[in-house]
Amino acid sequence: MSDSVNSRGAISIRNLTKIYDPDGVNVMAVDNCSLEIAAGEVCMIVGPSGCGKTTLLNGIAGFHSVTEGEIYLDDELLCGPSKPKAEQGADRMVVFQHGALFPWKTLAENVAYGPMVQGVLKKNEALEKAGHMLAEAGLGDVGHKYPGEVSSGMARRAEIVRALINDPKVLLLDEPYRAMDSLTKSIMHEALLEVYDRTKVTIFFITHDLEEAIFLGDRVAIMTTRPATIKKIVDVKIPRPRSYETLSSEEFRKLVDETKEAVHEEAIKAFEAGERELA
Amino acid sequence: MSETNLTPARIERPTGLAMTMHNWKTALKTQTPYLMTFGIALWLGAYYLFVEGWELPRFNKLPGPVEVITEWLNPDPDWGMSLFTPEYYDHVVVSCRRILISFGIATGVGVPLGLFMGWSKIFRDYTFPILETLRPIPILAWVPLAILMFSGFETPVIFLATLASLFVTTLNTLLGVDSIDDDYFRAAKSLGSKKHHIFFHIVVPGALPFIFTGLQISVGVAWFSLVAAEMVSGEFGLGYLIVDSYMNITYVTMVIGMLTLGFTGWASSVIVRMVGNRMMQWRLRALALEGR
Ligand SMILES: Nc1ncnc2c1ncn2[C@@H]1O[C@H](COP(=O)(O)OP(=O)(O)OP(=O)(O)O)[C@@H](O)[C@H]1O
Ligand SMILES: [Mg+2]
Repeated sequence: MSDSVNSRGAISIRNLTKIYDPDGVNVMAVDNCSLEIAAGEVCMIVGPSGCGKTTLLNGIAGFHSVTEGEIYLDDELLCGPSKPKAEQGADRMVVFQHGALFPWKTLAENVAYGPMVQGVLKKNEALEKAGHMLAEAGLGDVGHKYPGEVSSGMARRAEIVRALINDPKVLLLDEPYRAMDSLTKSIMHEALLEVYDRTKVTIFFITHDLEEAIFLGDRVAIMTTRPATIKKIVDVKIPRPRSYETLSSEEFRKLVDETKEAVHEEAIKAFEAGERELA
Repeated sequence: MSETNLTPARIERPTGLAMTMHNWKTALKTQTPYLMTFGIALWLGAYYLFVEGWELPRFNKLPGPVEVITEWLNPDPDWGMSLFTPEYYDHVVVSCRRILISFGIATGVGVPLGLFMGWSKIFRDYTFPILETLRPIPILAWVPLAILMFSGFETPVIFLATLASLFVTTLNTLLGVDSIDDDYFRAAKSLGSKKHHIFFHIVVPGALPFIFTGLQISVGVAWFSLVAAEMVSGEFGLGYLIVDSYMNITYVTMVIGMLTLGFTGWASSVIVRMVGNRMMQWRLRALALEGR
């Protein structure tokens, strides 16, 4: 399958630095980090806990400012020295770590919310479209339910539908499947791959699960321990569409091992740094 | 119910009367109604034994349960006040009307005030110190001020009841806004919300659970301060009835007044809870799934 279907959604992170300054104590979370993500690519981000992955995502999404460096989306400046905080917009949709469907709206109302407030569709048109899109994602008969009434897997799929209805350039996912059992996770993966094969939307996906990273990604960016920068990029040349047989292929295992080694090295460094801080 | 009835893809929730019947049936299968009945019987029994059975010295000035209930249900009451006398309802209606007005004002002012305080940092900075200074002043300390400021009987009483519940409602609403997870604001903003969308689609519904917890407390506080105010300055109302019958040594009527107060207070908080449940179906259903 060719990636040229999608010519939008290229992210360029150039020499990005982020320093948090709580109580006057500088915490450098990201240090001079550069990463190019092509339009329509699935880029997986892995790295030790607390290294700065979420910080990177927040910079792209516009949830907070960056200290130095620039981020571009399709050659358009999102944030940089002249504009430290990117504007939040529906071109970059975030799927949150703990899920952020509005619990007081039904799944259909949640999905319809974006087009409605943007004034793209009237309320009933938006609800109708939401119904179609939920049905497409296999959630047709739970559209009238509230997020608290469906399983976490369904809620997460609905959240992705809520993002996709806005036709975003980029999907930003922060460990969306972290707390799920492996069976649910595999259903989630299938659903996400199905969405990707259909839309070819650029995906920026943070995870701790290396098998997930290789299975889903075109590339896996391994980050160093804090302050984070890119340590290594693993290219995943396994052809799409991928299925569960991929998981047992030799190539897959080799890539997982390669990634594991690099992450392990950083994890040890992070651990030792923690020991030093405590000493 | 046969198995086949459960197979359709979508099981409709019962509504209206069917739901009420179903809820009653379910409730009767739990321990709750039996324990409640037993608990009430226990209290009444102890009350009866202390006062009328054993006639313990400390309780010998009090009317016993049999005496009170007989009087309450007496079409021709010995002390002039029972379910069959219009004066009884005068007092109840006056108090309920005062609660309706004060609780109404307190909610109408307190909820928007709390929402704005939670929503706008600047507005909060202006108003929070005042709220926090006035809030701890006990309602009885406001009585002289209320009498100085307002003439007549009615306005000071309503002022006092309003004030107390206003503080509770405002603070709880404010905490409700604070309790909303940042991710909802981020998501709403990313989805393209303008300021007013955020207010009506996130701030208001997100704060509702806290608002209704606050309203339940606040309706109780309104009763509490209303009765205190009626005791100090009042012409009618249950608080007045209680003090008046104490002065006139009609202790049976006094206890009737107290029990009436208990029941109306309970009823008002049940109403608030029902309204809350109606407005927060999403929460009710999620909690129901967790078995609560
Ligand atoms: N608002 C903040 N103020 C100060 N320090 C922060 C703030 N947010 C994050 N940090 C620090 O920055 C570092 C990177 O945080 P970040 O959340 O980006 O890590 P992460 O890679 O997403 O971690 P995890 O895998 O645990 O989610 C951490 O050491 C964290 O303590
Ligand atoms: Mg994180």
